[in-house]
Amino acid sequence: MRFLFKTSYAQDWRLARHGGQVFWYGLLLAALLAAPWVAGPYWTSQLTFVLIYAIAGLGLMVLSGYTGLLSIGHASFLGVGAYTQAVLTSHGWPFPAALVTAAGLSAAVGVVVGLPALRVKGIYLAVATLAFGFIVEEVMARWESVTGGNSGLSVKAPDIFGFNAGGAEAFYMVVLATCLLVTLGVLNLLRSSTGRAFIAIRDSEISAQSMGIHLARYKTMSFALSAAIVGIAGALYAHKLRFISPEQFGIEQSLDLLLLVVVGGLGSVHGAFFGAIFLITMPQLIAMAKDWLPPAIGQAAGLQALVFGAVLMAVVMFEPTGLYGRWVKWRTYLELFPTYRRGMFRRQRAFQKSERVR
Amino acid sequence: MEIVQLLISGAALGCIYALIALGFVLIYKATETVNFAQGEMMMLGACVGYLLMLWFKLPFIWAALVSVAGMAGFGMLLERTVIRPILGQPQFTVVMLTIGLGYITRGLVTMLPGIGTDTHVLDVPYKGEVWNLGGLVLSAEQGSIIGLTLVLCLLLYLMFKHTKLGVAMQASSQNQLAAYYMGIPVKRLNGVVWGLSAGVATIAGLLLAPITFVHVNMGFIGLKAFPAAVVGGFGSLPGAVVGGLVIGIVEAFAGFYLPEGFKDIAAYVVVLAMLVVKPNGLFGEKLRKKV
Repeated sequence: MRFLFKTSYAQDWRLARHGGQVFWYGLLLAALLAAPWVAGPYWTSQLTFVLIYAIAGLGLMVLSGYTGLLSIGHASFLGVGAYTQAVLTSHGWPFPAALVTAAGLSAAVGVVVGLPALRVKGIYLAVATLAFGFIVEEVMARWESVTGGNSGLSVKAPDIFGFNAGGAEAFYMVVLATCLLVTLGVLNLLRSSTGRAFIAIRDSEISAQSMGIHLARYKTMSFALSAAIVGIAGALYAHKLRFISPEQFGIEQSLDLLLLVVVGGLGSVHGAFFGAIFLITMPQLIAMAKDWLPPAIGQAAGLQALVFGAVLMAVVMFEPTGLYGRWVKWRTYLELFPTYRRGMFRRQRAFQKSERVR
Repeated sequence: MEIVQLLISGAALGCIYALIALGFVLIYKATETVNFAQGEMMMLGACVGYLLMLWFKLPFIWAALVSVAGMAGFGMLLERTVIRPILGQPQFTVVMLTIGLGYITRGLVTMLPGIGTDTHVLDVPYKGEVWNLGGLVLSAEQGSIIGLTLVLCLLLYLMFKHTKLGVAMQASSQNQLAAYYMGIPVKRLNGVVWGLSAGVATIAGLLLAPITFVHVNMGFIGLKAFPAAVVGGFGSLPGAVVGGLVIGIVEAFAGFYLPEGFKDIAAYVVVLAMLVVKPNGLFGEKLRKKV
């Protein structure tokens, strides 16, 4: 058990709360830096995907986990980022410039989606984002002069001012650096007044409004930031896959992103990473388990959907804070070892809050 | 003539949207939760009907009746086991839960022997019949969809207006707590509503099956019923029907007059326009949350 004695105000602003965190996160970073040389090409590639999905998850986390706005169309931002990156790099733009433009364009699209979002909430917002996702997918499929339509578009290797980051290890480093920057950015955002406004809106729109938070402005900002981050992930995704087509950015991808943040743990930065690890490793675990299952189940096309659905339902019903919540419980258990009590994290049963008051 | 023909085919598809949207709205009115698995319930209903005909050689009518009853029971069971424990949590939770439910249903159906990932033809007695009405062509499938939807709407209307159960449901959807104090068994009613909406979804599935075949992914049509429910105003039963018809007809016209590709997104364009112009839908009431 660690007791934190605050002796200066500077301690309040530090990202790492104590030496232990510095040590463990430093170790994690060192492990990630060493990974390409230790893990071999296959796992490096998987790790790259985990990091890319973690960035996308962070983007959705800002919107759904921290601002409390549900989006079922976030794959469209992934698509906007990916296509912008693909088109710009094929016109000879350097990688960083294209990445920034992809993020910017994605944010602009996010603002457009955010506009109806200012007037609607709850299920209406979900339907609006769903509708938007379908429209963007259709645009990507039909705007053939730019996107290549349903036959897809191949993407060049990233070129960072003359340095070709096309190799697996080099690209992994690029993704790792981007992921690190985005994570730090999100962490800093969340402890700024903007981030606190987001959280206030999530917890209660009305009290946030009464405290002087301009709902429209902050919701739009949340949409834009979230879209920008997901756009960055999309740009990296395009480079990783080297080939993009509209169906990669359809409703399934949007649902996968939602699954990622919910299973990882809504409202936590760790959750985005846990969720990304889940999303990437689960299909492989399922593939491994296939040989053990009876063929009627193991060979069925819907096995993955079944497992994902079951995990999602289990998380929602039994562990609403997701994998991160489970991790916190285990950690607390170990920290307090003999004195941990079962009821420490008991979920409060909220009273049914009605939205309908006449 | 062309326009009337388009209207009919649009209305037929619109009725399917309307039936699925009715399922959403019934549940939303009763429990303020949204069932994202409504399309999958429809798919499951159609599959159950198909399997009953395949395995037990039941005639279509009996298979339809048994599957509607069975799915209604399944809906009630679902409410009891899965939805009730998490009521009171934010709306987000139930949305995610039902999305998970949809995944599971789709996964399980691919494992059913006799369904798998193939498309199957539901053998209905009226298959392929065409009625000629003074230059208009109305296939029996479309006619049955429109006719049964009308009958079902009438039945629902009568139930909500004139039976004790319907009135109790209305009361509970207006104010659960007050209804509970008046002696209405709100929890049991919620179960009944889930059963009812699963039954309606099954009817939609059985009606749609002759047109689109029975398939694992036929439930994705439920995603177009959301726009229908929103256009009508989420929380209004007549709105759901009108919204479904609007979406179906707009889609039919967009498919005919606009370039390729517009048909698939017409529903979503309409709903976005609706949300910008009139966020509460055609029949929705304006409600503000009070502090």
